[in-house]
Amino acid sequence: MSLQARYYKTVKDIPREDLFAPGHRLCAGCGAAIAVKLALKATRGPTVVVNATGCVEVSTSMFPYSAWGTPWVHVAFENAAAVASGIVEASRILARKRGGETYDVIALAGDGGTFDIGLQALSGALERGHKLLYICYDNEAYMNTGIQRSGATPTGAATTTSPAGRVIPGKRERKKNLVEIALAHNIPYAATASISHPLDYMNKVRKALEKDGPTLIHVFSPCTLGWRYPPSKTIQLARLAVETRYFPIYEVEDGRLRINVRVSRPKPLEEFLKLQRRFQHLLKPENKHILESLKRQVEENWSRLLKLEEAGVRP
Amino acid sequence: MARVAQVRKTAMMGDEAVAYAVKQADVDVVAAYPITPQTIIVERLSEYVADGELNASFIQAESEHSAISICVGASLAGARVFTSTASQGLALMHEILHAASSMRAPMVMAIANRALNSPLNIHCDHSDVMNARDTGWIHLFATDVQEAYDLTLMAFRLGEDRRILLPVSVNLDGFILSHSVEPLEVLPDHEVPEFLPPKDYPYAIDPSRPATYGAMALPDTYMEFRLQLHEALQKVPSVWGEVSRSFEEVSGRRYSMVKSFAVDGSDAVVVALGSTYGTLKHVARRLRDEGLRVGVASLTMYRPFPEDVLARMLGDVKAVVVMDRAYSYGGLGGPLYTDILSTLYRNGVEIPVLNVVYGLGGRDFTVRDAEEVLRMAAEGAERGGFPEKVVWWGVRR
Repeated sequence: MSLQARYYKTVKDIPREDLFAPGHRLCAGCGAAIAVKLALKATRGPTVVVNATGCVEVSTSMFPYSAWGTPWVHVAFENAAAVASGIVEASRILARKRGGETYDVIALAGDGGTFDIGLQALSGALERGHKLLYICYDNEAYMNTGIQRSGATPTGAATTTSPAGRVIPGKRERKKNLVEIALAHNIPYAATASISHPLDYMNKVRKALEKDGPTLIHVFSPCTLGWRYPPSKTIQLARLAVETRYFPIYEVEDGRLRINVRVSRPKPLEEFLKLQRRFQHLLKPENKHILESLKRQVEENWSRLLKLEEAGVRP
Repeated sequence: MARVAQVRKTAMMGDEAVAYAVKQADVDVVAAYPITPQTIIVERLSEYVADGELNASFIQAESEHSAISICVGASLAGARVFTSTASQGLALMHEILHAASSMRAPMVMAIANRALNSPLNIHCDHSDVMNARDTGWIHLFATDVQEAYDLTLMAFRLGEDRRILLPVSVNLDGFILSHSVEPLEVLPDHEVPEFLPPKDYPYAIDPSRPATYGAMALPDTYMEFRLQLHEALQKVPSVWGEVSRSFEEVSGRRYSMVKSFAVDGSDAVVVALGSTYGTLKHVARRLRDEGLRVGVASLTMYRPFPEDVLARMLGDVKAVVVMDRAYSYGGLGGPLYTDILSTLYRNGVEIPVLNVVYGLGGRDFTVRDAEEVLRMAAEGAERGGFPEKVVWWGVRR
């Protein structure tokens, strides 16, 4: 494994200060909570967070309490990228007209708020080129409303709106490729990350904040309730997703793709699937074809990344 | 004694007049999406920015939903913010209109009022803003281009006042005002900052004072937030008095919440919003010379609703005709009609009220129509009633 540790080389480099306070109401074992905590530890100075509606939003801002040590703004579900655009531009123009400091702006949304309902606002913000970091914490379904399928739900996964039925066993469609959608806007930096690889993730957050333009990080965040596994296994699952090549860790910087966590001998995909009840039906003989299809997607995706890396072309 | 500044007489389209006022307001962030008949406003503003006449961030969003969302973010960050839209655009913004007011994010939005689909129609009516009636915004209506200019400047001052902190819409009738060139007086640039100093938002986003904006509130606290919104709107009339006095000092023009013509001593009054007021007034002046005792009124401020002013104004007349350029489908009539009925009822005024629904989708309301309506109002006063409750004006059946 190669880690591009630039700002944070070991866990000792991780700041002790928490801008995301304990006492919030996210579940024990929540992957998103870890994703947020680590991201805020990787900020480089004054930072404002804009949060889409979702688990993180409702669980951290229940009046009169707040878990946020940064200014934090929530307006609605689909517009985090737009609200963040407004804050970025306002801070820049006010600094020009009246003096004063600008600050970094991070837009934070789940996969529903990014892949689906927030995709238009995200596209607009990326196209306009505002200097902001968009972090999508991906738990592969609408978890806040109780586990409904999203554009990020993988093929075969059972959710409450793509149940493992007798005729239709789980979601039939493929997951969207968020990073490539973002890259189609010619942004200077986009990356995937996993909470199982905190230094890689934090370095990416920091690197993204240093860029003078819109950047995006797609961070894999297991959900104990939605995926139906014990809370103690969150990091293990995040790691297995990387080690099975289910969720490859890579970045695209100024048009060059680099795989950050090279998985030369992948573990069988079943090791990742079998720990989660959302995939249990895929392990039955009658659904073998779906499992095979998911495996094919994983392998196709990986070999494509290798080719893109080698060719040195923009995905 | 009022000191009236050196004014400049000019002529502009309504859209241009709004854009000129926004430039003079030294706005910081403009975010909008093109939609007829508002587009000229943002075209002019982008020209001002491109030519260096206005130091602002001009953002053309990818939708009205994002435009208003950008405005909320920018307003909370402390910027003076403007957007403009119409019709479908305002409908697409609807969700965030509520957030803008209850997050107390001041901004000014010009609405070049236009009908809603379907059928598609780009012409004037008030269906767009009436859908936004209960969103917690202050809604102002211009009756001519001069007012579109004046109200835009006043809207910034009113909405940004620390006692208010609310978004304000300035409504100008699509095409009838937005695209009509009318003479108007504009303030000299140097006089504007005196009336409208830079925005000083007390709760601006500041990383050295981290605050949580747009928290989640459960049933035990949500109602208190909403009550605060209502109470802020209740403070508007008194602050409006200060703002309009201050505006009169620089402009010589006086604005009350309700403007009227020849209401005192009239038997009947016709109430309307927007440019129709001018048509009615023009005809009423002639009819009064003939001895018809009719007056005309128009609400410069529609929300908060100027109940007290209207109750006093209509308390002594014998009949009222309320003209609506929108309708509450399946309801009792147009929105202004039901507001005025409620005002009369709860102030103990028992007079006949006729609702004239007119001009939907830009159907012309001519001086001949105005004369008929005014004569109907006088007749209603004379007979002590109207044969119908609601009339759809000039429709084929």
